[in-house]
Amino acid sequence: MARLQDRTDALVLSRRSFLIGVAGTGVAFGFAAGEGLAATSSAPVTSRFDPTIWYSVDRDGVVTVNIIRAEMGQHIGTALARVLADELETDWNKIRIDAVDTDPKWGLMVTGGSWSVWQTFPVFSQAGAAGRIALVEAGAKLLGVPVDRCQARNSAVVTGDRSIAYAEIVSRGLTRTFTADELAQMPIKAASERRLIGRNVAAMDIPAKTNGTTRYGIDATVEGMVYARPKIPPTRNGAKVRSIDDSAARKVKGYISSLALEDPSNTVPGWVMVFASSYPAAIRAADLVKVDWIAGDGAKISEQDVLDHGKAQIADPNGGVLLVDDSGLEPAFRGASSTLERTYTTSSVLHYQLEPVNALAFEKDGIFEIHTGNQWQSLILPVLAKALGLPQEQIVMRTYALGGGFGRRLNGDYAVPAALAAKALGKPVKMVLTRPDDTRFDSFRSPSIQTLRMAFDGSGKVAAMDHHASAGWPTIVMAPGFMAKGLYGKTYDPFAIAGADHWYSVGAQRVRALSNDVANTAFRPGWLRSVGPGWTNWAVESFMDEAAHMAGVDPVVFRIRMLDGKGRNAGSAPSSVHGAKRQAAVLQRAAQKVGWGTAVPKDAGLGIATTFGQERDMPTWTACVARVRVNRSNGVVTVEKLTLVLDAGTIVDPDGALAQVEGASLWGISMALHEGTEFIKGQVKDVNLDTYTPMRIGDVPELDIEFMDSSEAPVGLGEPATTVVAPAIGNAIFAAVGVRLRHLPIRPNAVLKALTQKS
Amino acid sequence: MITFRINGRAVETDVDNDTPLLWVIRDNLGLTGTKFGCGIGMCGACTVHVGGRPTRSCITPVSSVTDADVTTIEGLDPEGQHPLQKAWVDLQVPQCGYCQSGQIMQAAALLKDFAHPSDQDIDAVMTGNLCRCMTYVRIRKAIKKAAAELRKDAANG
Repeated sequence: MARLQDRTDALVLSRRSFLIGVAGTGVAFGFAAGEGLAATSSAPVTSRFDPTIWYSVDRDGVVTVNIIRAEMGQHIGTALARVLADELETDWNKIRIDAVDTDPKWGLMVTGGSWSVWQTFPVFSQAGAAGRIALVEAGAKLLGVPVDRCQARNSAVVTGDRSIAYAEIVSRGLTRTFTADELAQMPIKAASERRLIGRNVAAMDIPAKTNGTTRYGIDATVEGMVYARPKIPPTRNGAKVRSIDDSAARKVKGYISSLALEDPSNTVPGWVMVFASSYPAAIRAADLVKVDWIAGDGAKISEQDVLDHGKAQIADPNGGVLLVDDSGLEPAFRGASSTLERTYTTSSVLHYQLEPVNALAFEKDGIFEIHTGNQWQSLILPVLAKALGLPQEQIVMRTYALGGGFGRRLNGDYAVPAALAAKALGKPVKMVLTRPDDTRFDSFRSPSIQTLRMAFDGSGKVAAMDHHASAGWPTIVMAPGFMAKGLYGKTYDPFAIAGADHWYSVGAQRVRALSNDVANTAFRPGWLRSVGPGWTNWAVESFMDEAAHMAGVDPVVFRIRMLDGKGRNAGSAPSSVHGAKRQAAVLQRAAQKVGWGTAVPKDAGLGIATTFGQERDMPTWTACVARVRVNRSNGVVTVEKLTLVLDAGTIVDPDGALAQVEGASLWGISMALHEGTEFIKGQVKDVNLDTYTPMRIGDVPELDIEFMDSSEAPVGLGEPATTVVAPAIGNAIFAAVGVRLRHLPIRPNAVLKALTQKS
Repeated sequence: MITFRINGRAVETDVDNDTPLLWVIRDNLGLTGTKFGCGIGMCGACTVHVGGRPTRSCITPVSSVTDADVTTIEGLDPEGQHPLQKAWVDLQVPQCGYCQSGQIMQAAALLKDFAHPSDQDIDAVMTGNLCRCMTYVRIRKAIKKAAAELRKDAANG
């Protein structure tokens, strides 16, 4: 998102000069670390060479690419290295990836929002091109021919039948500076010249994931560490420890001690850590340690309280933040020949990333080391600094593979108790949460409630649309600096409302985002795969279907009419060229693929939905048709097939992109039909797989996934497919049996109840 | 003192009898390819073979494997080139990868029972293995591919 990107070094770095110079055993390529270093293009840089290094080439020609993004299943290192290698004209076999630890020189370290390729593509393209030009210049000189007679191919500079390898050029030494302006004008290859981007590649992280050698945070160890398991307090916020009774735990072999954490950062109020010489002993001892807590106010709050509060917020015309506020909305409703108003809700959803959160923490040589998998190091480092009373420069987070991210590890709160415990004990602490600990400490997806209204004029045309959405806001709680500016000087959580600001031309439009402060204080709302678009699109796309039926217009035709690409929906360079027209195109293509409009068997139905993925600033145009079968006797909904069409611009790694859409679309089914929990008096109801039931292999339908051929700017793919599936299923249920479900997840009981009410 | 064999090697441990096998494997023996997921035997990330049968090590007391043969992902194939592992790479199955040791160990047992597994066989045997990244489509394909490979080997052998 532009809001975030404004704060990222992706753009900041691109306004700096780019330095290439001798470093270590080869040549390093990177941006000037300081703004003042931007010199002229001829200035030698070796004397003060200290760039933010994005990659290096050693004397064997091996290119090491530094990856600041977390590896959590998206094979992001491979995709980003492809971008660089293509522009650098490197032999792919010479590429290595380094998943770097935290260092201020990397700028913002975050992996989420489906941003990684979108944000890194321009940076790595320029960096690769700069390296290529420098190598060609130096190679031409060594070959004794003019630069324009040379080209780079396959890790060598070639002229006629002569060539010189990058390895050789680097061995002879190389220095070069590009100004910020030169970098901005860098001749990026035409799409037709790409040799790696757009072609399948074996992901570099996969082999180690088939033989058990990948190192996840939970696998980190250090000499002399003790194991810890927390006692999770009754509420996420505001709990206080009154007393600890460990008399029963003392009988456990290996039990060491229990400790109430003092946390200056107030990240884990009321936490008690139980230490032991082994993890099974810590599990057992923690079960026996009795803690008397004063619970926080969240102990009085349950799911329905959150929804009731949201309902009251929506009913109150004041409050909240307007993103869109067209004049003429109320007159359009007053003058409407008909109107439609519907309310949609969603339940709490757990991350249930398979690796429970954990961290190893210890101090070594004056540096506090945190070993853990994390998606947003830049967010948690200042918190760790506050918790430990140390400057950030004295804290380093070591990088590990993530046993699932899905947004859980954007919130690095779990690093704090491990660090506090290590500091208090004066020795390394390895903290692992059991699954129930993990789910009770989850920053789960907030329940949501949304009310949508539509006005039709006398000719049946949509004249106005109004959308009010209330949910817990992860960003206001955890990352207030990333709040976005709404209208009239107010700020809002962009992640909790994106999707409501859709690309349909609906006449006068209003979008109002409401921060559900009951949710925000009772628990810690989290970012969960697709975040707000996971519930806003449930509402928008179910509502569009209802509106189409009310208008007596085919749901595809109804949508296409409004995806006209006019006005605010025209799109703009670089990321949304052609705007809503591209959304119309994926929708039409999906409809065409399934033979939309043809007959289906009794109690089966096709439902369609379309979204723009995560956010207007980087739309991934997405359409889905779900084919479902509804069992009228028990209410069970079976998804038989999903057909998805996506336009994500340039696809860097086609098979990796496909894998992301496979997973994301099945997440969509899982959240629509299989998951969902309930917040009850300060705790989630479901803490493990005995009652929380994510999709299993036998639930997987046939998938037909297609990408539109495009050379537009690449956008994101980790989440968009998740946003579109639930409404497609809901709409398919309506098509199959004529009942409308407006709550996620869709449980068999709700289907049965609706069928009974209908008959 | 409890003795058993792991990946063909004799080991002994002096932990409590009821210590889950998972932690002995991971923390005492240092074989971290076997993973901790749910702790109640319902996610399958901790799957190993005991006497050749798939077993949830997180709910298996170490004393119950006394003198038994335990195989973990590290011991499935000396070179990490079991037909399943090759198929997993060929079809680019893993995403985060955390469940995949367990998936592969469960699938290895499946292939002993079903030379020609159907979708139904696969769904029935693999249903206890949660993949949170939802790589299920590729898991199915890879199992079939490995099964075909094994049948070819058997025919040639």
